[in-house]
Amino acid sequence: MRRLTIRLVPAWRPGRTKALLIRLMPLLLLLAAWQMSSRLASPGTLPPPLAVVSVIATEVWSGALFLNFGVTLARVAASFALAMVLGTALGVAMGRNKTIDRLFDPVVIVLLNLPALVIIVLAYIWIGLTEAAAIGAVALNKLPNTAVTLREGARSLDKNLDEMAQLFGLSWRTKAREVVLPQLAPYIAAAMRSGLSLVWKIVLVVELLGRSNGVGFEIGIAFQLFDVTRLLAYALPFVGLMLAIETLVVQPFEQHVSRWRRPHGA
Amino acid sequence: MELEVSISRKTLETASGQTRDILRDVAFTLRQGEVCALLGPSGCGKTTLMRIVARLDTAFEGRLVLPSRNKTGMVFQEPRLLPWRSVAQNLRLVGTSSEGELTEIVAALHLSKHLDHFPGELSLGLARRVAIARAFAVKPDLLLLDEPFVSLDAALAVRLREELLTLVLTRKATTLIVTHDVGEAIAIADRIIVLSPAPGRLIADRTIEAPRGAMTDARAAKMKETIRSVMANAGG
Repeated sequence: MRRLTIRLVPAWRPGRTKALLIRLMPLLLLLAAWQMSSRLASPGTLPPPLAVVSVIATEVWSGALFLNFGVTLARVAASFALAMVLGTALGVAMGRNKTIDRLFDPVVIVLLNLPALVIIVLAYIWIGLTEAAAIGAVALNKLPNTAVTLREGARSLDKNLDEMAQLFGLSWRTKAREVVLPQLAPYIAAAMRSGLSLVWKIVLVVELLGRSNGVGFEIGIAFQLFDVTRLLAYALPFVGLMLAIETLVVQPFEQHVSRWRRPHGA
Repeated sequence: MELEVSISRKTLETASGQTRDILRDVAFTLRQGEVCALLGPSGCGKTTLMRIVARLDTAFEGRLVLPSRNKTGMVFQEPRLLPWRSVAQNLRLVGTSSEGELTEIVAALHLSKHLDHFPGELSLGLARRVAIARAFAVKPDLLLLDEPFVSLDAALAVRLREELLTLVLTRKATTLIVTHDVGEAIAIADRIIVLSPAPGRLIADRTIEAPRGAMTDARAAKMKETIRSVMANAGG
């Protein structure tokens, strides 16, 4: 059996503590600057950190924060998965087949250069203010990016290994799993990494424009009420959560799939 | 298994987009278990011929007759191992051999110590041996070896050749081995086919009556001389 162990947290080494402290420095400085500025700022424009923490606590207590986080995360997951699956399929097809490449290349270029906002508004107008429109619009924003990355991956597939697989009569499933996927994995990981940060930012916009729950919707309400405390209370923990997912899941996955490249690796 | 090759013409497209003939009128039949060396100067179409026999290239004029159900094992010029799989996994991937047979092949090629290594950790010579082991792991009826000893130092090449020969003779696969070394061809094969410079034509087809060391040194030297002169006359 194939082993798939993904270590979620990097191992602790002496010297790491120091590095971590240096990395935390700017954050602490930022926090101090925030605290100072909040005293100088005109009322309502910049609440002190503790005020934000207290709103977070209230929202956590009422359950509203979890609900909104859950809804937004579900949208991120759905549109991310959709964009990854369709984008990978399209990208690999384009990389392997010149006709498909010529057929879809203009579409991909247009989509790459179309502002996210345009796709979102059009989706809401054409499909309606529905969940499908929201998720579809986000996925469509990310899809060309995935397709282009995976097209590169498919183009760089080793023809020698392809022939080897053909000669030894590997079934297409074995070939896909043992020969093709390991070569595409670093490209998939790269698309995932750039994709996640893109998708969650766009999801917030989609929620602001046409959904009645989620982090983006709450930020929209806060905007209408000029409630900066509430805005930060939703924005900051969500950014933290996305960063955590990125560092604890996506990055280790990326390292895992390219480990064989290291000499004496794995 | 028996193999019948009859190629009237094979063209290749050059980098500049022109097509040129690479093989003309190459026809021969190999008996079951025959070990045939394919000799010829660089660029005469030896590798192209191998690829046709391996059915990796089907765009040629002529025909190729071999049993529809056959197992082909091939050693390419490059090892072509999966870098993300260990040696053992690379062997099992293609293998129809049982674990016992696999152990035997691995032992014959002195690879037992390296089963858990990844291809990136192996020297070229070791990687070649793994590629040879993989070709045997499919229990081939047809074995194709494309310059398996090229760019190895002489001592290692001789040792590897002996290990290979033992395997070939015990498994009785019909074998086609590409080489540009006449001495090597005589040492391994019981038949030698020589191609002319490109476009490669069949210019000699000799059977070695007393192959693999059974020949006296004098006769071997004479044979070497004959084949060299055939190649020289063809402009190789």
